[in-house]
Amino acid sequence: MPDSIIQVDELYKSYGAVEAVRGVSFAVDEGEIFGLLGPNGAGKTSTIEILEGLRTRDRGVARVCGLDPEKSGEKYKERIGAILQSTSLPDKIRVREAIELFAKFYRNRADTEGLLRRFQLEEKRNAFYSQLSGGQKQRLALAMALVNNPQVVFLDEPTAGLDPQVRREIYDIVEELRRDKKTVLLTTHYIEEAERLCDRVAIIDHGRVIAIGSPRELKHRSAGTTRIEVRLAHMPKDGALARLDGVADCREFDGTFVLHSARPTVTIVALVKELEAEQNELQSLEMFSPSLEDVFIELTGRRLRE
Amino acid sequence: MSRTWTLTKMRMRLAMRNRMFLFFSLVMPLGFLVFGVMIFSKGSPGLVAYILGAILTVTVMGSFWGLSVQLVTFREQGILRRFRLAPVGAGPLLASSILSNYFLIIPSVLVEMFVCRWAFHMETWGNLWAIIVLVTFGSATFSAFGLIVASITNTMQETQIINQLVWTVFLFLSGASFPLAIFPQWIQRCALFNPATYLATGLEAATTNLVSTGEILTDVLALAIGLYAAFEISRQIFRWEPEAKVPRRAKLWVLAVLVPFLAFGAYENAGGTRLARIQHDFQHITGQLSMPPVPRSR
Repeated sequence: MPDSIIQVDELYKSYGAVEAVRGVSFAVDEGEIFGLLGPNGAGKTSTIEILEGLRTRDRGVARVCGLDPEKSGEKYKERIGAILQSTSLPDKIRVREAIELFAKFYRNRADTEGLLRRFQLEEKRNAFYSQLSGGQKQRLALAMALVNNPQVVFLDEPTAGLDPQVRREIYDIVEELRRDKKTVLLTTHYIEEAERLCDRVAIIDHGRVIAIGSPRELKHRSAGTTRIEVRLAHMPKDGALARLDGVADCREFDGTFVLHSARPTVTIVALVKELEAEQNELQSLEMFSPSLEDVFIELTGRRLRE
Repeated sequence: MSRTWTLTKMRMRLAMRNRMFLFFSLVMPLGFLVFGVMIFSKGSPGLVAYILGAILTVTVMGSFWGLSVQLVTFREQGILRRFRLAPVGAGPLLASSILSNYFLIIPSVLVEMFVCRWAFHMETWGNLWAIIVLVTFGSATFSAFGLIVASITNTMQETQIINQLVWTVFLFLSGASFPLAIFPQWIQRCALFNPATYLATGLEAATTNLVSTGEILTDVLALAIGLYAAFEISRQIFRWEPEAKVPRRAKLWVLAVLVPFLAFGAYENAGGTRLARIQHDFQHITGQLSMPPVPRSR
């Protein structure tokens, strides 16, 4: 793949007896926003930190911009920017100072004032890091990731723990990166984030890539079924819900029954009849268009956030 | 070099915003100085100068404590791993720790000297060149010792325990708190293996103007070799990540820092004149010359 700016092939990483990454392979094209989607502990952060040069791999190939992250040192660091999942700055550093400090480490430097403007940090330029809100800290982290005008940007769980409004702000910034033709590799366990931002997604579970493609392609793989989630007053008879008309798949997660149906209306009518016959009651019913969550359930039998 | 300087400036700025730093590096040593002079000097300018030497030693050695704690805090909070992403190696980061610490203790050293000269009527400035050289190498060497502690400890709790142990030895077995001359001979001989002894006895002799700059060369040499060994070893075993543990074999390397001081201690014990000099200087300053003074044989 000559256009691939990130190439990962059969990547392995263990921590003692725990195999965190087990043969992960994928390639990212220049200017693409590529997502690693998976539950906590799936191996996403280990994979991205190997690519950032923060961790050594046990075996396999990792190349970014044609360079080996493990061996290329400063030359490599000049070309990448990143937001780490767990990191911080000294409490008493000011916003402007932090951006200027990190900019001075690089040969190719972005304009500090421009970054403050772009990330809406102008008013907070003289505030200490400890005085910033979670969203402001994340915007500062993004600004610092771009101080060297990087070719490739790594975002490890960029919106984890942020409220929905701040999350939307971060989404807008990532969209800007797309317009700037930056290549972005992001990890997330939020379905909507992967669907909204990513050109392509690799779904990771237990250290392995279990599916890869654009969100649309992946959703098509779930056979165009609609997800119906129901909660009942009593447990239904064994297999009763799986036998309903139109149901392709039925699983239970903590008392919620998740049905996948190609004909949702028919399934709901059949469900109501079945409950009447069993003298059972419907506590709640929700319908969802096919999503990456459904793909994950289909492939693993588990929910993404379990 | 520019990265080291950039980091040095930033770390100085951060330290100046830290009230704890200002208290421990400026206020507390000054308090000890005033207290020490008022209680022990009995109006003798010679004793004021001697006490100044001891307080300068404590001020300079303080680098050891502050740096280890700061670096471990930075590692535990994930601050170091953010720096690791940038094109900054362990060398500039560690060098900036030593440099910023050096520049930050200079005001304390100056204040302590001016207070002694003008408020406590110290007769001379002492051997200024010797003081400058010893403060410079002492600060760098003890900062590097702090970096070593930060490199081999995994948590703040471990750092505090090791710091307490090492600090006790530095403070009480060097002449920095109690004059070495008042200890039994065998303790004085043990103290010759202590890095802090070279700083304390050197500074005490320099502030009391009892040595020439040339005479402190062995003190400076011991500190310089210790600095080189400590800096190189801490650079080799430096860890950016909180979860990265230092291998047991690397901890053994740390003992290499002590080799120069073991060598100097063995030399001084075998045939050196340092203990005689310490005894002579102390008797000279206190004026307690009931015993015939030990001739200085340098």
